[in-house]
Amino acid sequence: MPKKNKPEIVLKGIPAASGIAIGTAFLMDQQDFIVPERAIFDDEILVELARFEEAISRTKDEIIKIKEKITAQGGVKDAQIFDAHLLVLEDVMLIEDVEKRIRSEKQSAESVFSRVLKRYAQVFAKIQDDYIKERSADIEDVGRRILKHLMGETRTHDFDQLAGDVIIVAHDISPSDAVTMFDKKIMGFVTDVGGRTAHTAIIAKSLGVPAVLGLKDATLRISNQDQIIVDGRKGVVIINPDEETTELYLKEKEKIAQYEGSVAQMPDAPNETQDGRRILLMANFEMDGEIPAVKKYRAEGIGLYRTEFFYMNRLDLPTEEEQYQAYKKIAEAMSPNPVVIRTLDLGGDKFISSIQLPKEMTPFLGSRAIRLCLEEQDIFKTQLRAILRASSHGNVGMMYPMIAGPGELRAANGILKGVKQRLREKNIPFNENMPVGVMIEVPAAAMTADLLAKECNFFSIGTNDLIQYTLAVDRGNEKMAQFYEPGHPAVLRLIRRTISAAHDANIKVSVCGEMASDPTLAIILLGLGLDSFSMSPSSIPVIKKAVRSIRFSDAQELARQALRLSTGQEVEEFMTSELTKLVPEFYHYHGRAA
Amino acid sequence: MPRIEKALIIKCRQGLHARPAAVFVQIANKFSSMVSVRKGGEEVNGKSIMGMLMLGADCGSEVTMIVDGDDAEVMFVELEAYLAKEE
Repeated sequence: MPKKNKPEIVLKGIPAASGIAIGTAFLMDQQDFIVPERAIFDDEILVELARFEEAISRTKDEIIKIKEKITAQGGVKDAQIFDAHLLVLEDVMLIEDVEKRIRSEKQSAESVFSRVLKRYAQVFAKIQDDYIKERSADIEDVGRRILKHLMGETRTHDFDQLAGDVIIVAHDISPSDAVTMFDKKIMGFVTDVGGRTAHTAIIAKSLGVPAVLGLKDATLRISNQDQIIVDGRKGVVIINPDEETTELYLKEKEKIAQYEGSVAQMPDAPNETQDGRRILLMANFEMDGEIPAVKKYRAEGIGLYRTEFFYMNRLDLPTEEEQYQAYKKIAEAMSPNPVVIRTLDLGGDKFISSIQLPKEMTPFLGSRAIRLCLEEQDIFKTQLRAILRASSHGNVGMMYPMIAGPGELRAANGILKGVKQRLREKNIPFNENMPVGVMIEVPAAAMTADLLAKECNFFSIGTNDLIQYTLAVDRGNEKMAQFYEPGHPAVLRLIRRTISAAHDANIKVSVCGEMASDPTLAIILLGLGLDSFSMSPSSIPVIKKAVRSIRFSDAQELARQALRLSTGQEVEEFMTSELTKLVPEFYHYHGRAA
Repeated sequence: MPRIEKALIIKCRQGLHARPAAVFVQIANKFSSMVSVRKGGEEVNGKSIMGMLMLGADCGSEVTMIVDGDDAEVMFVELEAYLAKEE
């Protein structure tokens, strides 16, 4: 397996999804994008021209930076290939051709550019000359970089070439790419950017494969088809491992498989502690392809149904009927277990082509989630109608994301009331008592949980965002990863506060963030009295095993002690050592102990 | 503003492909004047590597070079000298 003359290289990143993968690297950034045709109006021509210019200049900056970096590392000769890239970027004919066509064909910059690029590539492909063949590869590489800047978060790769089992290596994985990956055979993920809660981490967990993120320059160091090992427990990536290393990791992998096997042997055992405290283990869900996993791991319902998927990778908005059919299908498949649908959570780092939003300086503090829905009420009402109609089948609940206090909750409920009234007038059936919950993911919501609890039927704590907003740490910024501490005392106190406020008002609380699937933290949540845990289906067995290994009274005591500690790291170390005493095999799986 | 148009024979052995085309473009970009190269019915921008590669002028073929602008004369002399080289 190891190739000759290639030394073994070890890279260290952020462990984002557990497990070990050994296989071939597939460099995603070298694959083509799918570029949709998009017609523009006359007054958009200048905007498209400016976007094109901006993309060229950003690409130039990017290439100059890479070149400087490689030169600084001593690779002067390697750096020269980027001169050819720059020559292409400054090519008058290419640029003028694109600009002329944007004006005459009235199509978006990306659709014109990708067509012009293809035409050049076709001409060059016919020329029998090695130098030109090399240039043709340069043009394609530069082209992808420009398209990446033009298409931003909405870009989608063309995965037609993805065959066989591979480990995806990418600078970053956009949410639009993420949704295309569920039906592919992927063994693991490696990215330059991102942390434990990046989309990549979420997909990796839902596919049950390891991910190491935030490696900074993995895409420069790993070549397509390289043999690599991904250790998602420790955040290590090994390029061109020698036989000894490969052997070692195969053994580790075997141990993990044994542990997972032992965990999976008890799917039908009840989710209760040794002293009989019963909790719900539910699944986070995004699309149809995940249903078999939800069933396989015996999820007791869908605790978080992300609906953004409907809106992505398309140019129009999803219709009410289309959404209704999809929600109904899942509600019926899960019945009598509950399905909790989260209303549209766009903005922040998730964007779609059908709603063009103005660029914001700090999108996570801008018009996202419920705020966007309160602005774009037509889109919101369409979704509410679809959810309400689906509520006449199975056991459907609904929750609003990013509520900051009772004001927004009342505004959303006001719209809901109007939609219900219209349905009644038209005699369209729906569940009058459909539970409506609030996601607690803004510290302001946790602080006003007592007030919110009076006006809703349940809480669901979205820990990924709650941590980000409480600690003022951008979770997509890999440089901030060290400050992203799920066990931070402020986060735990807000969670404790939310759970007591809910129980005082006699409503249930669940957690649907990554925290629920991390055994060390899940036991604290259990001890704090959390009623239900929602996570990637493949994480359920591990949490089940942890819950079944402990007494509720002991979990309460551990939570009390953990909440007296001063840092997130102290909390994780304390819980890992306590948990390893209870479940010794846990160490192999988690690997973060000691 | 001077404009110079002249038919020339490509002398360099590789023709105006590959590296010679890239060098031609690099020389052309030192000047402010416009340069275009015509072969048969096709005319391309001489400052564009894409254009020059697509023109694909072989050794011995006849092309017309058109230079137009403030520094057209110096530019023409330098480009013509380059095309006349046999290496």
